[in-house]
Amino acid sequence: MTRTIDRENTKIAAAKKMRDIMTTYYLDALSAFQNNRQVAWITSGGPVEPLVAMDIIPVYPENHGAMIGSAKMGEELCSKAEEMGYCADLCAYARADIGCSVAKGGPIGGLPKPDMLICCNNICGTVLKWYEVQARYYGVPLFILDTPVCHTGFFPETAAYVKAQITEYIGFLETVTKRKLDMDRLNQVGHLSFEGQKLWQQVLRTTAHKPSPMSAFDAFFFLALIVTLRGTTTAVDFYRELLAEMNDRIAKGISVVPDEQYRLLWDNLPVWHRLKWLSKKFSDHKACLVADTYTSAWCGAIQYIDPDNFLDSIAQAYTRIYLNIGIDQMADQVLDMIRFYDVNGLVMHSNRSCKPYSFGQMDIMHIVHKKTGIPVLMLEADMVDPRSFSESQMDTRIDAFMEIILQRGTTLKG
Amino acid sequence: MIYAGIDIGSITAKAALIENNQLKATHMVFTGYNPAAAGRQVFDELLMQTGISANAVNKVVATGYGRASVDFAHKTLTEIICHGTGAHFLNPGVRGVIDVGGQDSKAILLDAHGHVQNFAMNDKCAAGTGRFLEVMAQALQIPLDQMGEISLGAENPVKISSICTVFAESEVISMIARQKDRRDIAAGIHRSAALRVASLAGKIHLAPPVVMTGGVAKNKGMVQALEDYLGYGIQVGTVPQENGAVGAAVLASGT
Ligand code: SF4
Repeated sequence: MTRTIDRENTKIAAAKKMRDIMTTYYLDALSAFQNNRQVAWITSGGPVEPLVAMDIIPVYPENHGAMIGSAKMGEELCSKAEEMGYCADLCAYARADIGCSVAKGGPIGGLPKPDMLICCNNICGTVLKWYEVQARYYGVPLFILDTPVCHTGFFPETAAYVKAQITEYIGFLETVTKRKLDMDRLNQVGHLSFEGQKLWQQVLRTTAHKPSPMSAFDAFFFLALIVTLRGTTTAVDFYRELLAEMNDRIAKGISVVPDEQYRLLWDNLPVWHRLKWLSKKFSDHKACLVADTYTSAWCGAIQYIDPDNFLDSIAQAYTRIYLNIGIDQMADQVLDMIRFYDVNGLVMHSNRSCKPYSFGQMDIMHIVHKKTGIPVLMLEADMVDPRSFSESQMDTRIDAFMEIILQRGTTLKG
Repeated sequence: MIYAGIDIGSITAKAALIENNQLKATHMVFTGYNPAAAGRQVFDELLMQTGISANAVNKVVATGYGRASVDFAHKTLTEIICHGTGAHFLNPGVRGVIDVGGQDSKAILLDAHGHVQNFAMNDKCAAGTGRFLEVMAQALQIPLDQMGEISLGAENPVKISSICTVFAESEVISMIARQKDRRDIAAGIHRSAALRVASLAGKIHLAPPVVMTGGVAKNKGMVQALEDYLGYGIQVGTVPQENGAVGAAVLASGT
């Protein structure tokens, strides 16, 4: 009896509200045409604020890809793209999106047809070709924002180059919509975007508390708003509420993993199609994935944003994101997180789909190993395509990893 | 005090007994299609062989892919920790283990206490496993346990470029058709498998002294090919195949 009550207690109440918000968001997007509103497809790391300020509905094929993965429709839609001739090594988000456009299927019957595409290559190079393909398929204009990789730092040349493109971006939007961007409105949206990211960061940081009030699995879910509704009051209000709930859980000592003994850090995108299985697997070992490098990317460049000089500052903020920096800097961020969240181990998802994320993991693993000595586990899988997932292999690896942590803990104590 | 370890692999089931911190005996049977029965059988036969009654065994730890099916085990642990512990127990100075079994291969990095620091396993693929060698021996029509010996006489090892076992098999068949020397083909097969395994060792920066365990450790051709790629010598103990079971027994004594 007590057990059931405990389980009920661990549920996060804001989840229902979040689902409702996402449903409304997708309904709005799907009925945009009837309501005379325009839709822009945009990459997850793209500067969305000008779109919001111009009342264009941003839609994220990557978020949709995550939904496809969670709905376990990845194999079917990726196969569709493969049938069309796309290589199985292509990112599964791209394959699923391309497959879905043609099959008009997927968990919500496909995304609304775009009026324009906005592609920012701060996350990867895949999006360039992917968006070109879709721009051709839908016959709509495409804007490409090129953000050079900041291997060692951010230089004046890069700043000028990206800034010039931000100006072009605004020009592009004004041409497509035949409307002028209202700068006051943009500043308002900028403030809301900044505020939303700050709150998201605070939510994520609550997991530094022991035991953790939520896990990375929850963060994977709650992430959707800061991606899709960044720059809106909806996102700000929601995260304010979520933060309050987390603080309340901390005050009441409610942990998401019953009897949390071990704290782990996750690297790379989630394995969307196996979230439940993975969450249970770690939870059975009394291990909580307290943080991850993925969801924190949507507040990771916050220090570069100046809400009072928004447009100028986003050139830097959107260029210096986690996937667009050097391996050493990525490792530094991982090390910071290891210390901040006080974790016992690092779990790295070597994600067959995402090359920029998975490339360099081996180096980061060795750096972490050398500097902290904590065990690092490398899991080979794919965020959406279940054909790259082997349950029995995962099982043994996770068990072995937890045994290592346990053995280490005993030695450290003894 | 007596402790037992049972290791249920994909091809063979192994058992080991530890008495007063000494390895007393080991035994091995084929797993067949019923891992639970194989676990029982290998344990019973080992007890019979040593004249020890089941009641005298203080604790049993099961490991290997079929570990969950050993219903008389007090605890299950993964092969990784068991192989690490077994290797350290049998050879305390060792700092790395390369284990090549029937369906998987792994590299394990150990600290001075025999605790696992890191490990790497083959990914969803039979390349670099015992199964790969088995398929190739069949294609070459030579007994698996002779393939190692035969390959040692090679003069110009062939190059097998496919990673996939099925494609590698057709490559081998076409080489047979072209009447390539069997010894050269056998050596090429070992090199191909060894390269996969060596890359696992490289991933986690394995360094000597390294011991090789698992059934494939008995294959001299494979050991030599691995040494060539790694650039250092590797040791093979007297009971490489039972190493995981030994580790399980040692860990049983500590629980
Ligand atoms: S390759 Fe990675 S960053 Fe690029 S779209 Fe795919 S998942 Fe996103």
